[in-house]
Amino acid sequence: MSTQTPTGHRSPGELQSVWLVAEREIGSKLRSKAFVISTAFLLVAALASVLWGGFAAGDARSDSGIPVAVTSQTENAVSGVAGLDVTVADSDEAAQALVEDGTVDAALVPNPSGGSFDYTVLVEDSVPSALLQLLSESPPVQMLDPAAGAADALRYLIAFGFGLVFLIAASTFGGTIAQSVVEEKQTRVVEILISAIPVRVLLAGKVLGNTVLAMAQIVLLAAIAVVGLSVTGQASVLTTLGAPIAWFAVFFLFGFVLLASLFAAAAAMVSRQEDIGSTTTPLTMLVLAPYFLVIFFNDNPLVLAIMSYVPFSAPVGMPLRLYIGDAQWWEPLLSLLILVAACVAAILVAARIYQNSLLRMGARVKLAEALRG
Amino acid sequence: MLELDGITKSYGGRRVLDDVSFAVAPGRLTGFVGGNGAGKTTTMRIALGVLAKDGGTVALNGAPVTTADRRRFGYMPEERGLYPKMKVVEHIAYLARLHGFGKAEATKKATALLERLGLGERLGDLVETLSLGNQQRAQIAAALVHEPDVLILDEPFSGLDPLAVDVVAGALQEKAATGAAVLFSSHQLDVVERLCDDLVIIAGGTIRATGTREELRAQHATHRYELLSHGDAGWLREETGVTVIDFDGGYALFDASDDEAAQRVLRQAVARGDVASFAPQRPTLAEIFKEVIQ
Repeated sequence: MSTQTPTGHRSPGELQSVWLVAEREIGSKLRSKAFVISTAFLLVAALASVLWGGFAAGDARSDSGIPVAVTSQTENAVSGVAGLDVTVADSDEAAQALVEDGTVDAALVPNPSGGSFDYTVLVEDSVPSALLQLLSESPPVQMLDPAAGAADALRYLIAFGFGLVFLIAASTFGGTIAQSVVEEKQTRVVEILISAIPVRVLLAGKVLGNTVLAMAQIVLLAAIAVVGLSVTGQASVLTTLGAPIAWFAVFFLFGFVLLASLFAAAAAMVSRQEDIGSTTTPLTMLVLAPYFLVIFFNDNPLVLAIMSYVPFSAPVGMPLRLYIGDAQWWEPLLSLLILVAACVAAILVAARIYQNSLLRMGARVKLAEALRG
Repeated sequence: MLELDGITKSYGGRRVLDDVSFAVAPGRLTGFVGGNGAGKTTTMRIALGVLAKDGGTVALNGAPVTTADRRRFGYMPEERGLYPKMKVVEHIAYLARLHGFGKAEATKKATALLERLGLGERLGDLVETLSLGNQQRAQIAAALVHEPDVLILDEPFSGLDPLAVDVVAGALQEKAATGAAVLFSSHQLDVVERLCDDLVIIAGGTIRATGTREELRAQHATHRYELLSHGDAGWLREETGVTVIDFDGGYALFDASDDEAAQRVLRQAVARGDVASFAPQRPTLAEIFKEVIQ
């Protein structure tokens, strides 16, 4: 076979072309003001919530309690009660004056009418429920499994966090890749592109570029979380969360590639930005599902177990089960294997749809036609 | 030499290309002419490999075209378009890199080509800010920047004003002069007639005629002549083997039965007085086109 390739011209390998496409994808995204601003906003919000969490925890630990005034007669009632900032007033009138001028939230004065209490709580205008709780006597409670109870709130927060991060990243970058595919179709530049490089290279480059951006965002968020938690003295949270976060990142990578390929294929079936919704809506549902499932069923082991193996929800479900300590050591590996297999299958199907739809302008391409070619 | 041989293509049972075969020679401009829906765009897309064919072969220099070969093809699709949010020079350089050039070399080539096409001052502007005419030039740059050996252009002249037509035509001729094989389609038969060396005429998905412009003209030549003499040309009507089509004083348009009859008429005319002009009427491309697609 004769090659007429003149000197100075080399054929780039497919991988090189994939990276070229990815590089352009990343570059154009980084130049978009909307993207930079929304990313900055997301990072600032993450930083703020970590810091706020830190300060709130710090506040709770400090000595300042509810400011309360007592007299010499009612002093006994507050002795030994934690969480109060006690001021001793000279007389009932002085105690009342402290309430009226706002120095204290409440004053305990002797109860002249007797009854089961020997003091009355004077307040300005609202029932001081926090104070009443401190003053009331409760029967003793013995927790049989204190660790699990304490983790309940945190579990919800973590489920919510994984679900939200996956939802935001997958829908943002899924939408981005869909728009970018349609932009190429709508501006017709796609015909020039695929006359230079194979269609699968174009698809791979677009998926890679957006995956790099999405992962970069996740890594930045994780870094902010780690740094923020350490700075605000919450490093202990990290020791329990470290492994689940690492697994989340790995699952997220494949879960994202899976979704991105499908978003690209769905977008290739339409020719105008206005029509994107008609083919990507089912995918958006797939992205939303794990978020809602994890919020409603984060205490249901069966639902979580199923979620942790279904490719679309595994990135949220499996790390959560690992955090709860509900999963055997081999479970994340098996789930990851299923996810990777689904990922490969999705890429093959997506490449087929993409290839068959790219040059079909005008009306939406039917799925059966896109698959058949 | 780019050769298409026996290309067939069907869309949902409807055959749009049937046994399409022709060659595009290096160093020559080949015009590809046909009506709307005749199969021009489909043929070009198959030649470029952006569309799969049902049958037949596309060969370059005797061997089937490979993906690597296609990197040496330049393409200008009928529907123009570039990324609106990219800077002109970056866009053209990006396309050069997709065709295999390194970053520095791609930028150098893109800059040089854009400057030659008169876009030197717009290099850093976004594509979407260019005027329509300048976008067309950028589009030409997109097809030429990687110095292709084979250039395929789908309606490169559509929507261009006469000045822009000249710019594009000049670019194509220049490209062919460097040895590239250039295939372009057009509805503007006068432009094709002026530019092309070779012609391919397609109708209803089949090739109706191929050959050099002169060959086709000779094939479709009629024995029609135009005479402009100073005397009255009325005598022509009496000549044997001559059918007068049009007549006005010294002007006559006639069909001769053969070359012999035509020469006899010329001798007669000269004998009767001064002859300003006597010429065979050559068929225009439009006439040939109408004839072959019927």
